Amino acid sequence: MKHRRNSDMSNVKEMAKQMRIDIIEEVAAAGSGHPGGSLSVTDIMATLYFDKMNIDPKNPKWEDRDRLVLSKGHVAPALYAALAEKGYFNREDLKTLRKNDSFLQGHPDMKKTPGVDVSTGSLGQGLSIANGMALAGRMNHKDYYVYVILGDGEIQEGQVWEAAMSSAHYKLDHVIAFLDFNGLQIDGTNEEVMNVNPVDEKFRSFGWNVQMIDGHDCDAISAAIDEAKRNIGKPNMIICKTVKGKGVSFMENQVGWHGTAPNAEQAARALEELKAI
Amino acid sequence: MNTATREAYGNALVELIEKNEDVVVLDADLAHATKTLKFSQKCPERFFNMGIAEADMIGTAAGLATCGKIPFASTFAVFATGRAFDQVRNTVCYPNLNVKIVGTHAGITVGPDGGSHEAIEDIAIMRSLPNMSVIVPSDDVEARAAVLAAAEMKGPMYLRMARVASPTYHKEDYVFEFGKGELVKDGKDVTIIATGLMVPKAIEAAGALAEEGIDAQVANIHTIKPLDEKMVVECAKKTGRVITVEEATVYGGLGSAVCEVLSDKYPVPIKRIGVQDKFGKSGDADKLLEEYGLTAGKIMETAKELLRE
Repeated sequence: MKHRRNSDMSNVKEMAKQMRIDIIEEVAAAGSGHPGGSLSVTDIMATLYFDKMNIDPKNPKWEDRDRLVLSKGHVAPALYAALAEKGYFNREDLKTLRKNDSFLQGHPDMKKTPGVDVSTGSLGQGLSIANGMALAGRMNHKDYYVYVILGDGEIQEGQVWEAAMSSAHYKLDHVIAFLDFNGLQIDGTNEEVMNVNPVDEKFRSFGWNVQMIDGHDCDAISAAIDEAKRNIGKPNMIICKTVKGKGVSFMENQVGWHGTAPNAEQAARALEELKAI
Repeated sequence: MNTATREAYGNALVELIEKNEDVVVLDADLAHATKTLKFSQKCPERFFNMGIAEADMIGTAAGLATCGKIPFASTFAVFATGRAFDQVRNTVCYPNLNVKIVGTHAGITVGPDGGSHEAIEDIAIMRSLPNMSVIVPSDDVEARAAVLAAAEMKGPMYLRMARVASPTYHKEDYVFEFGKGELVKDGKDVTIIATGLMVPKAIEAAGALAEEGIDAQVANIHTIKPLDEKMVVECAKKTGRVITVEEATVYGGLGSAVCEVLSDKYPVPIKRIGVQDKFGKSGDADKLLEEYGLTAGKIMETAKELLRE
């Protein structure tokens, strides 16, 4: 069974808007979490879940499905928003994020949350997992794609580069990775903390097919995925220039909103802005 | 006969090519040493050399496991459990994935390579992880049986293999029972609970003790986690004295596991033989065992001491 994919990009943009609202509501209800990065990956996530991914919310473990590895697991609120809007569970459940007995853990947990393809949270591990999924797909003669979302600070982890070598060595062209390149991490800018540039040349020299796009342009994200699928024999890196906190004026490009929840007043202001978009 | 457990591991993997088509094997540039080489030659499409990148190897194994494969990820015990600990913890054990981690060259019998390569802490750290099972085969027959059994069981598992050949004491038709201790020799005065290469030493010690009129029983604990608590308690009740023996640090391994159970359920005097909070070093394996007190003689001496107390 092939789940119908929605190629109406205006719907994708609507979903991205709704997901941003969900994210603020989730994190505000939880009283902790990571709004900045969640808002920066929202358009990537919306394009995947509402345009590109071949998935079936009624059958989350479907063997032929495309997979998503959220390597930067701390932006779980964005993933949960996508899953709720896609119908894996109710939107109301989002408000249980990080609470006792919730199936929505602080970081993605495949054992608890329907639609989470693998548990993540400790940074740097997702690409290795994605490679394993892609190798299994190849062995099983499946045609699914494995999408991975990495953070720019995250690629300071050495394992990312071990995995980047493996993706190329094993010619894993069904691995399509996104770098959420917002330039900020907990302690400051990438450049201040540990320079990651030039990211495109690094991945290219590791044997990857690299594209650089605006990570808030859903049409560009969609087109980049199509381009990646045309590429044979190399893993794909789509570097997405993003803005941390995108959509909420007082959160945009502010390091402080990496891992801080808005209070009630801030949440109300953020929601007002997001609803007006 | 008298084959290293790592050799038996490599041979068992070859058997699994036919027996279980979901089994895949990963290595980190040590296929010659871990003995996954034969599998890689006979079944290259199910073998992945990940290069000298243990963290990536474990992560890749986890990804394979999410898609129904049964990965056996192999490298030296010190790297499998140390270098890749966070990957084992967060990406294998936390989501309870079906990954078999096989650490060869465990303990001080690595010999010439020295302390940097001699895992003494692997049992302790793997035992501390929820969902993880820990298996230490005591000879080649048991190693083969344990590997075949592991392929049929779900969940994360750490299997500890040795570099050096050791005496085979099991018969060919030996049945490996996961989570069950094996009473190798019956006795009434003291129980020697051993694991891995120390089981043959314990058998040797029990034989020598018999000549001196001491009736020691020997239990082989191949599954350190989950521990056969019932058997451990029965041993304590029967003999009233227990000695544990392992080629690993006395902190956190078999000895600790036995103490945890008996202190809760049936406290008796216990002596723990193992590596006494120090690293290994280079040298001949047998001489190192002498130096570190991991010999039949040391077990005998400890038994007599315990009986005098």
